[in-house]
Amino acid sequence: MLQSHQNPVYEFVHSSDQDAPTPVHHPVIIVGAGPVGMAAGLDAAKQGIAALILDDNNTVSIGSRAVCYAKRALEVLDRLGCGQRMVDKGITWNLGKVFFRDDQVYSFNLLPEADHERPAFINLQQYYLEEYMVDQINQQETVELRWKSRVTQVEEKANHVQIQVETPEGEYTLTCDYLLVGDGANSGIRKMMGLESSGQVFQDRFLIADVVMETDFPPERWFWFDPPFHKGGSTLLHRQADNVWRIDFQLGWDADPEEEKKPENVIPRLKAMLGEETEFELEWTSVYTFQCRRMEKFRHGRLLFIGDAAHQVSPFGARGANSGIQDTDNLLWKVKLVLDGKAPDTLLDSYDEERVYAADENLLNSTRSTDFITPKSPVSNTFRNATLLLAEEYPFARTLVNSGRLSLPSVYHSSSLNTADEDEFDSNMVPGTPSTDAPVNESDWFLRVIGNNRFNGLFFAEQDGTISEANRNLLTTLANSDDIAINILIVGLTADQTLPNGMVRLADNKGLLTERFDGKPGTFYLFRPDQHIAARWRALDQQKIAAALNRATGRS
Amino acid sequence: MIETQHLNVQPALKRPDDFYNALVDMHRDLSEEQSQLANAKLILLLANHIGDEATLEEALKIATEGLN
Ligand SMILES: Cc1cc2nc3c(=O)[nH]c(=O)nc-3n(C[C@H](O)[C@H](O)[C@H](O)COP(=O)(O)OP(=O)(O)OC[C@H]3O[C@@H](n4cnc5c(N)ncnc54)[C@H](O)[C@@H]3O)c2cc1C
Repeated sequence: MLQSHQNPVYEFVHSSDQDAPTPVHHPVIIVGAGPVGMAAGLDAAKQGIAALILDDNNTVSIGSRAVCYAKRALEVLDRLGCGQRMVDKGITWNLGKVFFRDDQVYSFNLLPEADHERPAFINLQQYYLEEYMVDQINQQETVELRWKSRVTQVEEKANHVQIQVETPEGEYTLTCDYLLVGDGANSGIRKMMGLESSGQVFQDRFLIADVVMETDFPPERWFWFDPPFHKGGSTLLHRQADNVWRIDFQLGWDADPEEEKKPENVIPRLKAMLGEETEFELEWTSVYTFQCRRMEKFRHGRLLFIGDAAHQVSPFGARGANSGIQDTDNLLWKVKLVLDGKAPDTLLDSYDEERVYAADENLLNSTRSTDFITPKSPVSNTFRNATLLLAEEYPFARTLVNSGRLSLPSVYHSSSLNTADEDEFDSNMVPGTPSTDAPVNESDWFLRVIGNNRFNGLFFAEQDGTISEANRNLLTTLANSDDIAINILIVGLTADQTLPNGMVRLADNKGLLTERFDGKPGTFYLFRPDQHIAARWRALDQQKIAAALNRATGRS
Repeated sequence: MIETQHLNVQPALKRPDDFYNALVDMHRDLSEEQSQLANAKLILLLANHIGDEATLEEALKIATEGLN
């Protein structure tokens, strides 16, 4: 098969930890250098935690697995320093088309609201994401990635975790405060600890073919239900970088995976779909089944499960890597505060609370898409077909067609870290929501500005561009606290006004920041380091802000 | 019997015999499979027209009452 991409090989490097007379201690050890383990490592570096990543392999993902990365994951990757390379290399798409049998049923435009830095989705092979992450890790002083290092034993002690690492040069022992377990869907550590991930196995098989072809197909997502070239199944066509196209065929449960992925069986399917005259080369094929399941708890003492190890979804709706990256976005700032002694260890329970909630939302969405795509009973097949037949001409039915829903970040509506609204706002930026973006200053973005791994406070100045003396003093206190200092941003301050000590002026030239946050004068938003909103008020009140900060850090 | 709050279970059709006849008639020249499909379409159309989840939930409950 053709290779449009050569997987890099990363060498095993001897570590002085192997020679130490007693086990060397690391604050945070991460098992697995998949996208989620590496996101954890990069996030640790951003927070200022020394972290070690261990991976049993010596390269990135073999073949492209994940293809679609959603806006929120890109925003997190921006904070971690990999977002721009992803967007530069990836394919941005907005248009999706749905076909049923011979006809196009409808098309949809994901057309995001204008004036956000990142698009709704990009497509890119998973190996590129992982390569960019490895490169970024290699530039960090405080995070180290050791290849060919397999974690074979895990033991939780009273105040640390001890692990055994197997390498080409033999075994060694390490200890850590927290072990982040990102060893993938078949997590060996999960099994070792006698823990389970349970849910639903779908009785279906899908064939993936990544093919290289020069064509003038537009960069759109095309989804066929029961097409003439693949009767009875569904098919998906999606463009990735380097003229590589992802094609996905539903095969049914009885298909023989080994037979189906042989080129002599794949090529006729592709020809039937693409037409005899289209030239293409196979790059990668694989047959997969999928499951929708999660662990009951993502936290087990000093072990925190992240990514596919904690929860696994079907690929429809692109929620695997996307949600895993949001796990670590949620977790690492909390680990930092706990390691620094600024928050109690129980703050880590909120990782479990918030991300289990998010996993359930993702599982629900991906299960529903899967049920629509592969109906489980004759009657559900009938409803599916009835929906598709109506959708061609009757708009209402289009909303029922589910070929995979856009992966949106969870809003932690009922999180124990939120401070409930007590004022009225005409903005959906309720506590628990990941912040929206908006253009600020000269060609900068709000999410970049608050992508500083700190608590941020956004204050909207008085109508006349001033701040009262009392508010000025209060904000100065917040910004210069030696407990948890809040980075203060002030919108609408006229140029002649001096900026209080330790604060940043934000220009909202398009007025969109003010509009999206309903930023009437005096309004204050408190953001967590993962950019989720912790609290908001119509007026500054020192006690309320202190209480909200305590709540958001699990101190009350 | 299920008490309803949203779904009207009192007679509402002006000419019930006509409607009933039209409903059965709809299936006259259809195969079993086509009938199933037509029923499904009909349900989807009517559900959207009703457009109120609480009402639909009551209808869903009554439809399976006593069946399992
Ligand atoms: C066909 C397909 C399509 C997909 N499409 C999408 C998509 O479009 N969008 C999306 O977001 N997601 C998608 N996904 C899901 C996505 O690929 C996964 O969610 C993602 O790879 C999970 O990352 P992870 O880091 O949790 O685990 P993995 O990527 O599985 O990484 C785990 C790592 O741990 C290492 N490891 C395992 N055990 C040990 C050990 N004992 N010691 C040391 N290292 C160990 C492994 O070598 C591996 O490198 C798709 C998946 C498939 C199969």
